Amino acid sequence: MTEANKAIEVRGLHKHYGANEVLKGIDFHVDVGQVVCVIGPSGSGKSTLLRCVNRLEEPTSGTILVEGIDICDPETDLDAVRTRIGMVFQQFNLFPHLSVLQNLTLAQRRALKRSKSEAVEVARANLEKVGLADREDAYPAHLSGGQQQRVAIARALSMNPDMMLFDEPTSALDPELVGDVLAVMKQLASDGMTMMVVTHEMGFAREVGDKLVFMDDGVIVESGDPREMLTNPQHARTRGFLSKVL
Amino acid sequence: MKRSTRRRLTQAALYGILLSAIVALAFAADWAAVKENYFDVEVLRELWPEILTVGVRNVIVFTTIAFAGGLVLALVLALMKLSPVAPYRWMATAYIEFFRGLPALLVILAVGFTIPIAFHWTPPGGTVGAGLFALTLVSAAYIAETLRAGIQAVPKGQSEAARSLGMSGPWTTASVVLPQAFRIVIPPLTNEFVLLIKDTSLLFVIGVAMNQRELTTFTRDAASTYGNSTSYTAAAVAYLVITLPLTRLVAWLERRQGRAR
Repeated sequence: MTEANKAIEVRGLHKHYGANEVLKGIDFHVDVGQVVCVIGPSGSGKSTLLRCVNRLEEPTSGTILVEGIDICDPETDLDAVRTRIGMVFQQFNLFPHLSVLQNLTLAQRRALKRSKSEAVEVARANLEKVGLADREDAYPAHLSGGQQQRVAIARALSMNPDMMLFDEPTSALDPELVGDVLAVMKQLASDGMTMMVVTHEMGFAREVGDKLVFMDDGVIVESGDPREMLTNPQHARTRGFLSKVL
Repeated sequence: MKRSTRRRLTQAALYGILLSAIVALAFAADWAAVKENYFDVEVLRELWPEILTVGVRNVIVFTTIAFAGGLVLALVLALMKLSPVAPYRWMATAYIEFFRGLPALLVILAVGFTIPIAFHWTPPGGTVGAGLFALTLVSAAYIAETLRAGIQAVPKGQSEAARSLGMSGPWTTASVVLPQAFRIVIPPLTNEFVLLIKDTSLLFVIGVAMNQRELTTFTRDAASTYGNSTSYTAAAVAYLVITLPLTRLVAWLERRQGRAR
């Protein structure tokens, strides 16, 4: 596997909050077109790892390469790199003062300097993709959680990113709304999108994932083929965790 | 004694105290003198319409100018206070603590009289201009703290979402954080506006031209001209006509925000 095929590469990543060491040396990569799911108990550092990839969290030490670009290099145009990394949050984080369409066009206009008509065109295409073409004038407060999360996915897609990061995208949803969001994510995966997904949805990991990573206490305990790992975990900690969630 | 009986007796006693206080006041007052001094229709007629076209008008104009200026300065101070650059934070904190710790009256005196002497420069609008400049400085300190609280009340996920989309820091502040912060601070800002309305009455200390008098100065002059306090009654009514709708508006906005949450 050559460098060029790696969408995300993390080497020797450490992250401290004061004396508390959250990531204790992570080596990890996501290949182009791969869907990598990260699982683990809460406090294992999986969300911190994801948030380091677009530097919402500042790594304490280590290297993070996105498409070969060192994002911790002070010379790197971080905003430009971020436009290529879509991110979806557990709490959706839609802009409540803007309509659905404006949520999707804002960053296209401000960061990519697209014209208004182009931004609207892209936004509508992506709303279509997540099945919410008829809600472009609605405000986030008037949408269900599942609809909000699908708008958030469409907002990230509107930047035409090369890869998508998902931070527990279905954890804040009512159970009956999880399916719609997962369906959109499956569609994305089958379209060939590079995805890194922190999740508790083992079914999704098994069905869609190309690689499964199990984290515990700031380290990657085990990673490999999802079907293999879920049926036959190698490490005791993995087994312990899976026996609680499956 | 039954609990309900005791409650009824307590309530009767409270009403009794209130009633006797009112009666005592009614007997103590010299109603003829009160009427002559506070409700003289002749004086009211003399005051009209200048009380409106000069007094009330200037209250509104002065408040608006000082508030608008204060808001702009306050926004700069609030952003400085939240800046990652420490000296900016120190400067903003020093400014805010300084002007919140002084009586507005003192600032008006100092700015109104000292600036023309110290800098050989009179602010536009003369003495009133200097007074308004002072009010702007003071109101900015209070509004800045309100804005800072509003900005910090916007969930961190909002700026994270904007930054993760590749928007720059300034754009994130301008199009994501500030619009939401302003929505949050509309009720406290309206309160600041009401406070400022009343603070314009302090401008009397620097002495202003006839047509620049705000309501309190206007009525003070009228009271001494006619040797009668009716103008104060009129001024009180006029102030309440301006402030009460605003305070009611705040109460309504706060109820509505409470429901939205």
